Amino acid sequence: MLFLADTQLVEATWIMVVKSLVIFGVIFAILPLMTVLERKLIGRFQHRYGPNRVGPFGILQPLADVGKLLSKEAFMPANAVKSLFVLGPLLPVLSGVLALAIIPWGDVQDGVGLYGIDVPIGILYFFAVGSIAFYGVLLGGWSSGSKYSLLGAMRGAAQLISYEVAMGLALLGAIIMGGSLSLVDLVHAQGAIWFVVPQFVGFLIFMLAGFAETNRTPFDMPEADAELVQGFMTEYGGMRFGSFLLVEYMEILVVSGIAAAVFLGGWMGPGPGWLDPIWMLAKIMGLILFFIWVRATLPRLRYDQLMSLGWKVLLPLATLNVLVTAVLVVVT
Amino acid sequence: MSEFPYLKDQDVVAVQRGPDPGGVGGAYRAFGETLRGLKTTMARLIEGPLTIQYPEEKTPVYPRFRGRHKLHRFEDTGLEKCVGCSLCAAACPADCIRVVAAENVPGERVSAGERYAAVYEINLSRCIFCGYCEIACPFDAITMGHDYEMADYDRDDLIFTKEMLLAESLERTPLKAEGE
Repeated sequence: MLFLADTQLVEATWIMVVKSLVIFGVIFAILPLMTVLERKLIGRFQHRYGPNRVGPFGILQPLADVGKLLSKEAFMPANAVKSLFVLGPLLPVLSGVLALAIIPWGDVQDGVGLYGIDVPIGILYFFAVGSIAFYGVLLGGWSSGSKYSLLGAMRGAAQLISYEVAMGLALLGAIIMGGSLSLVDLVHAQGAIWFVVPQFVGFLIFMLAGFAETNRTPFDMPEADAELVQGFMTEYGGMRFGSFLLVEYMEILVVSGIAAAVFLGGWMGPGPGWLDPIWMLAKIMGLILFFIWVRATLPRLRYDQLMSLGWKVLLPLATLNVLVTAVLVVVT
Repeated sequence: MSEFPYLKDQDVVAVQRGPDPGGVGGAYRAFGETLRGLKTTMARLIEGPLTIQYPEEKTPVYPRFRGRHKLHRFEDTGLEKCVGCSLCAAACPADCIRVVAAENVPGERVSAGERYAAVYEINLSRCIFCGYCEIACPFDAITMGHDYEMADYDRDDLIFTKEMLLAESLERTPLKAEGE
């Protein structure tokens, strides 16, 4: 059983353009809603209401936030490295948008694939593009010329090397079972059973590494608002700061999307074909809710704890998982 | 209580420490405790918010709550109870009450007594709401009301005159129900 990405599927250029615009539009409509959702839910988790003043149920809060951020000065510290300081927030946005392209929202229907693009090296692409986001953290933190930013950037680097390997190995189990790197093929391979059941360990490790990838609690050491005053973002203001925040939510969406596609059966679900993107979105939303739930629950770890967790627990576990999966796949 | 090996021969008070965080048991406990934490937060979510949406909802005050002062009239005659004795001003630790008394003229009486308060001002920006004026008053002419929403944009507007204190105050503050 060997799946290969359907490279024969050629779509007209205008279809590709329309698809890109639709995905872009939908995602950028969801992102602000995610920020309200998070703030409202965190509030509820703490016996509060969260934002409920701007618009009905506080739904227009992100508009007010963006309006505020846009009206702020685009501050630049005197001893910042100017070009890199400007580049800092842009790289994560680029990485997030690029990674969105491969998230499959549905199967090929009427000759149109309901995804940005079906890359034969899907997962590798995700890792390659996702790691660009950390250049934003590193460059932004280093070029700010502030010790807090530098500390945040260093933590970001330490964090990156400690979770990335385990994350890759966690996905490897599913890749072995699916026999392809393409996300669309991986979803197809889950027709019988979602990979979250046979690959539960892989799923757990991927989600744990996902918290680190998205700089979320309990692994939000690069930001660490308590001791590093937002870490690499300390010196940023206005919409540059805003784009760092936006990217955080975009990364959550991407990681949730990959997890939903690789482990939770992607667009699979009962109902007619046009429901596929809805199913995918529902699964992604479920994972996002989990992200928020965890943020409301867990305190931040020290970063030596993250490193020992990544190297001493996650990596051996993921390796064991891959070995067992490989043996089982070969035997059966 | 089991003894800790590192405290065996030392003259120190044994400290109760948690189990060692490492190893398989530590990982199991960490996982279990994480789940317990998730359960705890979810329970808070289900309980719902406890916030009182202040400008729209207000916490009821107790009947003896000391809010903004009120001056009173006799209900039957409509004459002011205050006779301008200045005992309230003398009792006031913050020195925020100013009383200027005047003689009542027969035919146009203002108060029930011989004299009345021609000027009665309370500077609410200095008042500490101790209620001594209420206690000092021999005629129960001044009492503490329940209103606590007195913020203003101007210091001068916080000097309440006799007319303002005599006026029927807006019922802006809910009172606690009996036994609440």
